[in-house]
Amino acid sequence: MANRRQFLKLSTIGIGGMTVGLGACKYIDDFTEIKNNPDELTINLTRTPTYCEVCFWKCAGWVYKTKDGHIWKIIGNDEDQHSNGRFCPRGTGGVGMYYDEDRLKTPLIRTGKRGEFKFREASWDEALDLVAENMKKISAEHGAECIALLTHGSGGKFFGDTLKAFGSTNIAAPSYAQCRGPREVAFTNTFGEGIGSPERTDIRDTKCLVLIGSHLGENMHNGQVQEMSAAIDKGATIITVDPRFSVAAGKSKYWLPIKPATDLALLLAWIHVIIYEEWYDKRYVEKYTFGFDYLKEHVRTMTPEWAYGKTTIQPDIIRKTAKEMANASPAVIIHPGRHVTWYGDDTQRLRAVAILNALLGSWGRRGGFYAPSKLSVPSYPHPEFPKPARTWRDAFPGKYNLADETLASGVCDATIPSIDRSCNFKMWIVNGTNLINTLPDTAKTLEAIDALDFIVVVDTMPMEIVSYADVVLPECTYLERYDAIRVSPHRKPAIALRMPAVEPKYNTKPAWWIAKQLAEKLGLGHFVPYDNIEEMLNWQLKEVGSSLEEMQKIGVKTYEREWDDLYFTENEDVEFFTNTGKIELYSSSFVEQGFDAMPNYTEHPQPPEGFYRLNYGRAPMHTFSRTANNANLTDLMEENVLWVNPKVASLWNLENAQPVWLINQDGIVSSFPIKVRITERIRWDSVYMVHGFGHAQKQLTRCYGKGASDTQLISNVMEDPIMGGTGMRGNFVSFLTEKPEEAIL
Amino acid sequence: MRYAMAIDTKKCVGCSDCVIACQTENNVPIGYCRDWIVEVTDGTYPQLEMEIRSERCNHCDNSPCVRCCPTGASHIVEGGIVLVTPNECIGCGACIASCPYDARYPHPDGHVDKCTFCVHRVEKGQQPACVGVCPTNCLYFGDLDDPKSEVSEILKTRKYKTLIPQAGTEPQLYFLI
Amino acid sequence: MREEIITSGRMNPKIDPYLNIWHWEIPIYLFLGGLAAGILFFAAFYTINGKEKDFPTAIEKTPLIVPFLLVIGLISLFLDLHHKLYFWRLYTTIRLESPMSWGAWVLMIVTPLSFIWAAIHLKKVFPSFKWPFPWLDIIEEFFIKYKKVIAWAMIISSLILGMYTGILLSAFNARPLWNTSILGPLFLVSGLSTGAAMNILFAKTHLEKKTFSTIDLALIGVELFLIVHLFMGLLASTQVQIDAASLFLGGSYTAAFWVLVVLMGMVIPAILEILELWKFKIPLFVPALLVIFGGILLRFIITFAGQTSRWLY
Repeated sequence: MANRRQFLKLSTIGIGGMTVGLGACKYIDDFTEIKNNPDELTINLTRTPTYCEVCFWKCAGWVYKTKDGHIWKIIGNDEDQHSNGRFCPRGTGGVGMYYDEDRLKTPLIRTGKRGEFKFREASWDEALDLVAENMKKISAEHGAECIALLTHGSGGKFFGDTLKAFGSTNIAAPSYAQCRGPREVAFTNTFGEGIGSPERTDIRDTKCLVLIGSHLGENMHNGQVQEMSAAIDKGATIITVDPRFSVAAGKSKYWLPIKPATDLALLLAWIHVIIYEEWYDKRYVEKYTFGFDYLKEHVRTMTPEWAYGKTTIQPDIIRKTAKEMANASPAVIIHPGRHVTWYGDDTQRLRAVAILNALLGSWGRRGGFYAPSKLSVPSYPHPEFPKPARTWRDAFPGKYNLADETLASGVCDATIPSIDRSCNFKMWIVNGTNLINTLPDTAKTLEAIDALDFIVVVDTMPMEIVSYADVVLPECTYLERYDAIRVSPHRKPAIALRMPAVEPKYNTKPAWWIAKQLAEKLGLGHFVPYDNIEEMLNWQLKEVGSSLEEMQKIGVKTYEREWDDLYFTENEDVEFFTNTGKIELYSSSFVEQGFDAMPNYTEHPQPPEGFYRLNYGRAPMHTFSRTANNANLTDLMEENVLWVNPKVASLWNLENAQPVWLINQDGIVSSFPIKVRITERIRWDSVYMVHGFGHAQKQLTRCYGKGASDTQLISNVMEDPIMGGTGMRGNFVSFLTEKPEEAIL
Repeated sequence: MRYAMAIDTKKCVGCSDCVIACQTENNVPIGYCRDWIVEVTDGTYPQLEMEIRSERCNHCDNSPCVRCCPTGASHIVEGGIVLVTPNECIGCGACIASCPYDARYPHPDGHVDKCTFCVHRVEKGQQPACVGVCPTNCLYFGDLDDPKSEVSEILKTRKYKTLIPQAGTEPQLYFLI
Repeated sequence: MREEIITSGRMNPKIDPYLNIWHWEIPIYLFLGGLAAGILFFAAFYTINGKEKDFPTAIEKTPLIVPFLLVIGLISLFLDLHHKLYFWRLYTTIRLESPMSWGAWVLMIVTPLSFIWAAIHLKKVFPSFKWPFPWLDIIEEFFIKYKKVIAWAMIISSLILGMYTGILLSAFNARPLWNTSILGPLFLVSGLSTGAAMNILFAKTHLEKKTFSTIDLALIGVELFLIVHLFMGLLASTQVQIDAASLFLGGSYTAAFWVLVVLMGMVIPAILEILELWKFKIPLFVPALLVIFGGILLRFIITFAGQTSRWLY
């Protein structure tokens, strides 16, 4: 760098003689050339395609390496619709997953008690033999269906196939019953189709975006945040309903600081106003919907004044915001949210959201909800999977018929022995989901684990769940492996490839390899009839007009839509996949199942004196507990803090950054203290923390004991009778300023 | 040529992607950063306002850090970018004390470090790493002397402010408000 | 309420939550520089005025410690550097706008002068002292011949050095407490005051003791005036300066500054010196030590408090 500039910067002439040893300086200058010059790093770069595994958005990008083969950075792929070439902070920091020295390094077999984290190292052969042996044993004694796979992440596909080949279809992801399930059921039973992921919201072109408890921007769902920003640029109106002044609320024209647990009253009042003021899309409602008259009668008394008493939102604000939505119609989105398992009537609340969208004609319209398109990629040919004798549904006769995916919490319930059930789950395969911090009511989860004959955990990190495993199988990170082709719905069909940027560190293996080995050990090798994943991927890619070689170069391939359009055309006749073939404002299938055809408001308990509602959410730099130990991301946020309104703080004499322990309504005390953040951004009847912290696993050296775990304090679960969702926002906490005896520290 | 950056506080969600993108791009050691996010909330619940700013070196026209540097390690290059030459820096800390924005920090290797506007990328016609990664597209970078540059265009149409203009540093980060 | 926080996890203890880049090294360096300047000033002043006979302590004895003071000061400065191996970069350029550069170069001049001055007075203080090599005697003779010239160089450079210790801080616009031109004169006067106190400590004759006690008294008067002026200036300025002043007017540095620096380091020694002038029997080493002690604390407190003073966004 020095030679680019004048070496000596004498400000005056004539004092030059005082400077000493010029020649020597120059010599030393070259000698001590500082090496961290980014210019050098860009020489001889190689880049390999991947799609991100830090969250479920699965953005496609490039992994750049330095000339000595170290991963340098991860950058978005410009062709990718999920990221548009821009990764979110977690994706950018994904490299920290690879470098984490706390990673699981080799297969482990339990030697101590479950939960103690006492293991001995084992070879892959030995560990997998043990798994296969137990699977066979359980299959012989109880049936293969008594084995469940709980998974979140790309590896699930491979383990799922092995399990299906073995004879069980009980494959559950907590992302359903603990997260987005209610909205899928609500929308499916209204429009005949769910929302899916990435969401089919046309935020980019919307004129009015209504967020109900959804904190876009803090939940860094990349594409959606990008589109929200684009909508702000175009002058869209944002209406945010949230008891907390979220980041999105800060960008909103209207922020409705609602009393927690009363959202449904607000939604019904909006529906009332839009119907009775005749602001709804009349042609659309007439042409496409079923049950408008029922609905009109149903909401007759649900006026803004009625809702005011419940929500504390002024009636004129309810009318004004309804008018804003109507003015923007059909380019309006009442956003269905993503994590919506709140109060146990969530499916009905999301039904109200769906109905509101239907009234405003936003489904299938520009600026509302588009019709996503997904490429059909055939599976590698294999024999048909056997049909299982039973499924998880048999454990819940007559219940959850509308649930369209397996309930992780249901699997957990059906693991605990009960006289009502003829059999229960005997073995879990857990892949990439830390159930201890994912499922609410930790005590129940532990009871279920205790009842298991065998538990296998496949993970990259020594999460809490790992300590309960009988066998631990260390997966390599997404940067070190191939995975299935990413085929996700979007405006245009597209595929993306993940390939290893580097060799797996330690004695870790990719999921496909582990699942294939396991299948072979179970004598099911013919279900995975390929030698290696490259062969399988190449076959699949050839089927869709590409090849592994091409995808390694481009990473993402986008196709043209084949048959339908993004939006309904003018006066298009549309057949919806519902009983009536129409958008069901009045749900016929809910009636069939014995539920309310149209949503009704129910009161939910409010916090007792001295307690505050525990609200939780996301931070843009973390994905739940998955990233809590990632050095790059803990650098941005190393712990969660407890948001407390200044009024509450002064009542309790709390100070900023003061550590407090939390005790919930059932007397459960947080294992670790959490620091107070006094902020006006939170209502006086609630507290707020970011989910995913308060890890009690010592092996997670960076995040152990940092912050508090909300999951631990969620012991009151309000179950959604319609689809089994676990409502988690009815928990109340109080502060303990002194260290309680039960705490771990 | 006069490089400058505009930051749209109306779009920024404070995700900190600019921070981590800078850290990986420039090999900033963990525990240090060249840019950061400031969140300001004003008012009383529920009458609240929030501003989120992605901040970094202001690459001031009248840079106190360059003036107070005893060795000339801190200097200004083409386009007004303020840089530090590590092997001329003695790590005396004067420039760190001189910066009203606290944009400089001592690198663990000893020299002082700061935002470079990713000059190594800009020289090649690329955008700084933070601008290139920002998911909300809230960062604009370019040449103020070129009236057609993105940053010039946005400053023509939007209200903006600079930070501590009264310090007389003539900062070149423009916050759109 | 206004809440302003950094949310991207920046927690660099050198700059967060407030500047913390300079620790004990810089105030020690500033104090020793000021003290050395004070001692050299008086030595040069009485030499130029031809008072060698009356002020042997000030001219011959006390300056013997100056090379040590400066070396310790330079070591402190060196210890403060984070990139130590590159310290020589200071001497490859002259930056007129940089107080650090001024300081480096002034020390480059003052330090050899102080060595020469000490060397040519060694034999007077220690009559038995002999140079090991005869050529050193020749050099010594040469310098003694030009003693007045050296004294002139010394008086100018010591004034610059004394002033510079304050200007180093006052040049920082970013730290409102420091950013006042009073700091240069204040540190210069404080340096002279500590120099005078040092002479009191070493003085044997009543004349020297009394003279330096009187000088010190006058200097303390000037210091107090400058301090009042400092606060008048800050309080009459903008909010950031008012905030800076309030660090000492009810803020976290109030007690330390007013009790330890002003009362113990200035007012009490001044009273004692006045009493001495009024013929009370006061052991003069008490006020002298208090002045030196106050001088050290002044540098520490101003350096630390200044780092916590900042601009408002």
